[in-house]
Order: sequence, then C-alpha cells, then structure tokens
Amino acid sequence: MLRRTLLGAISALALLSASGIASAQENYNIALISKGFQHQFWQAVKAGADKAAADLGVTVTFEGPESETQVDRQMDMLAAALSRNPDAIGFAALDSQAATPLLQQAKDAGIPIIAFDSGVDSDIPLTTATTDNVAAAALAADKMAELIGGEGKVAVVAHDQTSRTGIDRVDGFVNRMKEAYPKIEVVSVQYGGGDQLQSTEITKSILLANPDLKGIFGANEGSAIGVANGKTELGSKIVVIGFDSGAAQKGMITSGVMNGAITQNPVGIGYETVAAAVKALKGETLPPIIDTGFYYYDAATMADPAIAAVLYD
Amino acid sequence: MTDTTAPAAKSGVRISGAFHRLLAFSGLIALVVVFSIASPNFMQTQNVLAILQATSVNGVLAIAATLVIITGGIDLSVGTLMTFCAVITGVVLTNLGMPLPLGILASILAGTFCGLISGTIIAKLKVPPFIATLGMMLILKGLSLVISGTKPIYFNDTPGFNQIALGSAVGSIFPSLPVPNGVLILFLVAAIAAFVLSRTALGRYTFALGSNEEAVRLSGVNVDRWKIAVYATAGGICGVAGLLIASRLNSAQPALGQGYELDAIAAVVIGGTSLSGGRGTVVGTLIGALIISVLANGLRILSVAQEWQTVVTGSIIILAVYADILRRRTL
Repeated sequence: MLRRTLLGAISALALLSASGIASAQENYNIALISKGFQHQFWQAVKAGADKAAADLGVTVTFEGPESETQVDRQMDMLAAALSRNPDAIGFAALDSQAATPLLQQAKDAGIPIIAFDSGVDSDIPLTTATTDNVAAAALAADKMAELIGGEGKVAVVAHDQTSRTGIDRVDGFVNRMKEAYPKIEVVSVQYGGGDQLQSTEITKSILLANPDLKGIFGANEGSAIGVANGKTELGSKIVVIGFDSGAAQKGMITSGVMNGAITQNPVGIGYETVAAAVKALKGETLPPIIDTGFYYYDAATMADPAIAAVLYD
Repeated sequence: MTDTTAPAAKSGVRISGAFHRLLAFSGLIALVVVFSIASPNFMQTQNVLAILQATSVNGVLAIAATLVIITGGIDLSVGTLMTFCAVITGVVLTNLGMPLPLGILASILAGTFCGLISGTIIAKLKVPPFIATLGMMLILKGLSLVISGTKPIYFNDTPGFNQIALGSAVGSIFPSLPVPNGVLILFLVAAIAAFVLSRTALGRYTFALGSNEEAVRLSGVNVDRWKIAVYATAGGICGVAGLLIASRLNSAQPALGQGYELDAIAAVVIGGTSLSGGRGTVVGTLIGALIISVLANGLRILSVAQEWQTVVTGSIIILAVYADILRRRTL
C-alpha cells in the first residue's frame, strides 16, 4: 500500500518536473566531469565554465574526484551525470579507455560529449579542448637552457608517472633537452604526487646528491612549489621553472625564488568546453582539437594583460 | 532484506545487531525516499543500477574489512591489496597471455597470500594490526607500481574480461533487468561471508577473538592459526574486489587504491560493526556501503555542490554511529 502511494507520489512529481523542463526549452543543462576538484587549476577551469554558462545562458554543473588516481569514482560521477539526462557532457578522462562503455551509452542517448584537458581513445567526443603538454614542457626546457647558459646538470620533479599530463610533460622536457641541448644532462626525474611537502623533500635530496646542479623543472603546481621550497630551505641558487600558476607560485616568481613558469589556460579550457557543447547542441560542426594555448611568464611579464588574464590565484 | 525484521534473539549480541541493522536499513530507506521525491531521475532503473554498480567494489572491500574488524583488528591494506591483485591479474592475462580462469585464480590467490602474510605478522610477530596493515598498505602500493612499471595494464587482449563486472547474466535472461554481474558478485560474496560467519568454526572464532581473545587462548584454541585464517580470507575477498575494479575499468590502475580502506571502514561502522570487535554483520555492512553510494549518487543527481557533498557524507557517518551508541545506552 505504502509502496504504491509512494510510487504514485514519485510519478506525479516526475510529471510535474517534466512539464517544468518543457516550458523552459533553451536553457541547456551541461554536466562537466573533471579530473579533480579542489585543486586551484580545476577551480580555474570551473570559473571558465561558469563564465561561459553566464555568457551563453546555459546551466553548468562541475564535479571531479578527490584525487587524480580515482578512475572508478570518476566513472560513478559520469554515470550519475548520465542519469540526470543533461543536454551535453564535458569530460576530462583520468584514463583514456576506461570510460568508453559509458561514453557509448551517452552517444546512444543522443547526448553530445566534449572532451577537455585530456583526450580519450575513442571517436565519440566531438572535440577536445586541451593544452599541448609536450610542446609546453619543451618550452620550459628552452627557457631552462637559456637561463643556465646552455650546459650543466638539471632535474625534473613531476606529479605522477601514470597520467597523460605527467607523462607528456616529463617526455616533452627530457626529449627537448636531449635533442636540442647536448651539453645539458637531465640527471634525475622524481615524482612527488603533486604534493608540496613530498616534492620539497625530493628536491632537497636531489640538491644534496648533486651539488653542481644548475636547475629543476617542477612539472605541476604542487611540484613547482615544492621545488622552490626545497631551494629556499637549502639556500640554493639553482634556476627553478614551474608549471601553472596559483597565488603561491605567483608570489615565488615575484620574489625571485622561481625564475618563471609555464601557464596553461585553464579558464580558457573551461570556457571553450562549454562553448563547444553549446555549438554542438545547435548543430554546428567542431574542429577535432581546440588548442587552448600555453605561455611562459616571469616577474617581468606577469602583469601583461594577455598573461594576467590566464593566471589564477 | 526480510531477515532484518525478524530478530534472531539468541543473545544480547544478536539483538543489538538486528536492531542496528533495522536502524541502518531505515536510514537507507529514508534516503531513498527523500531522493526519489526530490528528483524524478533518481528512481530510474538506469540510475539504480549505477548506484549498485558503484557499491560493488566498496561493498566487497567492506565485507573483507568486516571480518577483520569483528576480530578486534583493523585492515588498512584492503584498498592497495585490491590494486595489487588487479595488477597481478594484468600481468597474468596481458603480459603472460594466460587464459581468463588463471587470471581470476591469480587475483584471489595473491590476495589470500598477502592476507596470510599480514595475519602472520600480526599473530606471530605481535605487531599491532594497525601498524602491520599500514606497512602492508604501503608495501603493496609500491609493489603495484613496480610490477606494472607505473603504467596501467589494459585487458584488450582478453575480450571477456570486462564482462566480469560489466556483463549481465541476469539481463540475458530478463532483458528488462540488466543487473551488472559485478553486483551479483557483491551479493554472492556477501552471502558466502554471512554463511561463514554464522555457520562455520571460522565464523565462531572470528567473533570469539573479538569478544575475548585471552579466554579463547586459555581454552586451548590455537588463536594464532584462526587469526591468520581470518586475515587470509579477507585478503582473498580483496582479490575479488581487484577483479571487479580491473574488469570495470578494463585495466589495472597501479596508482589507485589508497583511501579506499577508509570508505570500506566507514561502510562497516555505519552498518553497526563495532570497531572494538566481537560484534558485526555482513548484512549491516552491505547496508552501510549502500548508504554511502546512495548518498553520493543522490547528492550528485540533485546537483549539490561537491564541497557540500563531502560535508553531508561526513555528518551521516557520525550520526549513524551516534545513533547506535544512543540506542545501546537505552537498552
């Protein structure tokens, strides 16, 4: 009895809200599933998505797992988002293959998918809004070579060995050094999980093991801050090049502890993802890749309007 | 679920377990009702299946943790052991190209073996369970990265592998009810664990160790052997979880796993198992795991901001355990 009344109540509610949706047709609902949530980088992506939502008059939800290793949690979020019947989905895959069955389900339901930050091994996403991480890390290598005078030992502190960005940035930096700067030797590549404290300890051990080291590249925000902290704690004079921005890293560049950093355009990634979703819903065709760009910035260029626009606190 | 309403009133312990299950079960029902009313998308078949799918891995891990926690111990290594087993399966199936049944066997054996080692360290070397399994958690996390070469191992050469969790045996008989196999495996593991706990010598000693280990020892029982057996069984169950997660992701992800032990332990305590040992049920744990995933899914369906989802989940854990304490005080 109770169950029947309950079911009745639920279906009545379902009818009510269905008619509610029908009356406001142009308000597209776009669900973004990101790779992370509390990191400043992802918050900047979210800010970009929210800005696009306001500009284009759509509703955006934004979610991501707590750590960038939780592939299965991300699947749960994608499944829950699908159950909500959004008009479009933006998805930054933690694993390039694991989501294929769910993406297929979305495609079958006629929900367009826009990939952002990392691509997937599938032709289901209509486009990918992303940074070319290999080229961005190669630019870091060029700047490092310039700052240390084209010769000597350098090292890399990166976030992890399994994610696309971790792999691409280490490869981009190391390969560029090998190809273009034969007198520079990358003596160590270490991983600190993007954790500032762990990256600090790693940096100190690298510096103590290699007293003649000329520079270290920190491959994401947490790694870069750790490298700069390690340098300060040991009173070292090495060149430090970071990645991404955030208030702490910007402060370190202003104070000179860090020489400069590569910045992606996270706000642009978020904005372009939502904009691409809206275009897809309106039936427009999209390019296979939307390159959202990257820049090198240092204390001198930080205030340039073009740079300041893509930095985040 | 009918057994929660029929109290098996044989002892004080049993009554309290049954009452708690009833409490946790009412909590689960209340959540389902609230979310159903709040969103028409919640009670859709597809979403209910998504919730069950999301429960499968944590549910199996929580059952493993339940066995250990009933003995008064703790197992912090369940998450990374799951990952380790998944990686071993990847090596056996993808790197060595062995047939599927051997991969399944390898995962469960690897889990049992690691549990055996944890149990031995705890029982024979007298290292406290918290420390022994904390060490094991880190050892297994590292070994998973070493063995896999820090890269995910994909199961593309074993086409049937993703059917373990994603296929649907029920769906092939009743096409309108495509319950994923992963969910069936969760219920199967739960049924076996419940049987072991209530009907076998291993189950009786599991409770006895948690109630009064010294009394068991003085009555001439080989306490060490039973303790090791419990950890080994829990390890084998983590092997099943390893298969489930690897099948679902069609890959063994070596960096995954740390942090999963906390969700498993949360499910166990919400389900009424006492962290001080001697009291607990598998059904309770299953309900606890369902509460966690219903909560996560429902808040997502309602588009609650993610920062608040975490606050709500934390509050529910404290509330669930406090309700249990209150109820036992009034008994």
